[in-house]
Amino acid sequence: MSFYNVYEKLKDQPFKSLFDEITASDVENVLQKDGLTEADYFTLLSPAAEGYLEEMAQKAHQLTLQHFGYTMQLFLPLYVSDYCVNTCKYCSFSVDNVFPRRRLTMEEVEEEAQAIYAMGIEQIIILSGESRVHSSVDYLSKIMKILRKYFSSVGLEVQPMDREEYEELVESGIDTLTVFQETYDQEIYRDLHTKGPKRFYKYRLDTPERGCQAGMRSVTIGALLGLDDWRKESYITGLHGSYLQDNYLDTEIGISFPRVQPNAGSFQPEIHVTDQNMVQAMLALRLFLPRAGIILSTRETPQLRDQLIPLGVTKMSAASSTEVGGYTQPENTQSQFEISDERSVEEVRQLLHEKGYQPVMKDWQIV
Amino acid sequence: MKDPLVIAGKELESRLFTGTGKFADHSVMREAIEQSHSQVVTVAIRRVDLDGSGKHIVNDIPEQATLMPNTSGARTAEEAVRIARLGKASGMGNWVKIEVISDQKYLLPDNEETIKATKILVEEGFVVLDYMSPDLMAAKRMEEAGAAAIMPLGSPIGSNRGIRMKEMIRIMIDEIDVPIVIDAGIGKPSEATEAMEMGADAVLVNTAIATAEDPVAMAKAFDMAVRAGRMAYISGLGQSSLQAKASSPLTGFLTSTGGGQ
Repeated sequence: MSFYNVYEKLKDQPFKSLFDEITASDVENVLQKDGLTEADYFTLLSPAAEGYLEEMAQKAHQLTLQHFGYTMQLFLPLYVSDYCVNTCKYCSFSVDNVFPRRRLTMEEVEEEAQAIYAMGIEQIIILSGESRVHSSVDYLSKIMKILRKYFSSVGLEVQPMDREEYEELVESGIDTLTVFQETYDQEIYRDLHTKGPKRFYKYRLDTPERGCQAGMRSVTIGALLGLDDWRKESYITGLHGSYLQDNYLDTEIGISFPRVQPNAGSFQPEIHVTDQNMVQAMLALRLFLPRAGIILSTRETPQLRDQLIPLGVTKMSAASSTEVGGYTQPENTQSQFEISDERSVEEVRQLLHEKGYQPVMKDWQIV
Repeated sequence: MKDPLVIAGKELESRLFTGTGKFADHSVMREAIEQSHSQVVTVAIRRVDLDGSGKHIVNDIPEQATLMPNTSGARTAEEAVRIARLGKASGMGNWVKIEVISDQKYLLPDNEETIKATKILVEEGFVVLDYMSPDLMAAKRMEEAGAAAIMPLGSPIGSNRGIRMKEMIRIMIDEIDVPIVIDAGIGKPSEATEAMEMGADAVLVNTAIATAEDPVAMAKAFDMAVRAGRMAYISGLGQSSLQAKASSPLTGFLTSTGGGQ
């Protein structure tokens, strides 16, 4: 079983003309419905649906309240290594970019953990550049021994692994897996990932599924918006989420909508994804998959993040550092991308209270 | 008139149980629970800081209430058991609502795993209340395993769709001896009344109160609705019929023994 079979059926569809065929009345019909089909989801991603963002937002808000209430989970990323073996045109960690690389020692992991814990956050995600040598299962398991003392839930966003490796990490206490496909278009994918194991499209595409099979409690997927037509990317992302939900009932599926950000390379996205585009993608997804988590990162500006809170988001990062050792030694290293919201955890908590939301610092206990 | 609900020897005057999830903040939650007069309040152990760092949601639960920690987040019996033990070890008492949900799409409970967890936790001295998908045989097995109450869902959690599982629950009310608490799906006070009128022993409401525009007023409304439904039930509801029944029958003079010359 693989989502690749679904992708193969979709890949040659004339997405642009199909989106353009959708009319305002098609959108109005979909907005009357309770449960949406894949075709309905497609309709809400069309240019015609741009005129209905407010209606979509109202429904998305109601659905999110119904399923998640006035709560917002907060988490932080912990970058442990920036060694990478891939060449990805859009990423600062790309092996072609020359900068002093480093990986945290266990003492440094402990210091970073203490710094994060002091901020009051109990849910974190371990991130690294993609290198099987530098972020090996063994290294990550050792890190987990330390992190378990401080955090109630620990996620993983490193290079794709085999199912057995994930099983080992689940055993060590890691409960969440995040893996971005970057772009679902296989040809663009090949152009952007010129060297390294990341070139293997299908292995990456099947990664979330391996995570589900290995017993990850939650798996988050997404496309990096700006690498291809965002409507098509959002549609396939939603279908991928739905596929995982249907096949792995006991895994909580999350979707994130990151946009390409400035980075250390010279890559400039060809496709500009506006705030309005991103909002449409998020709203359509919420209406299609009412129970999916929607994760919002600090890639976005404070002004925009404030407005996105009631539109379906269930989990957001706060006070993120995207540098290795960035919580204790901020000047030392290369960040993976520039973050746009530099507010402290306390400021984000305050903001959520003002908006009528309860910040949830802990939503799972490693058992 | 005294009409307490008794669960594991504890007498409860209120038949409205409340949940603590989904509230915008703890002070609103506290006030809503106070106004609901609820005496049983469920708390997700997964959301509680177990290290005693002072950020404890439990501190915001009014004293009138018995704490009923729940195992939400558990996907297997084993996880539910471990979570229940964590809650007890951190001083949350020995009542536990078992929630084992392995379906993350509709959040429907897994009855088989719930039965397994019930057996283990009852043995360990917990007072176990089972959240479940309405099914008579599963409920009987939970009862046999020692569950102190059975909590069938009215409709999927958070759906506010009312008691869609009515027929199944009605059978369970007739056949199960421990209290039946309808949990999940109740979206309106009138639906809580309906639950009580049909003979449920109590209801558990969370989403409908927590996500109301005025959660405190809604909590009061549910309190009144549950009392009204219970009063109607014990007063003996008239039978419903498709045909009109005259209150002064015309054939009342006919008796089986009268006449017959």
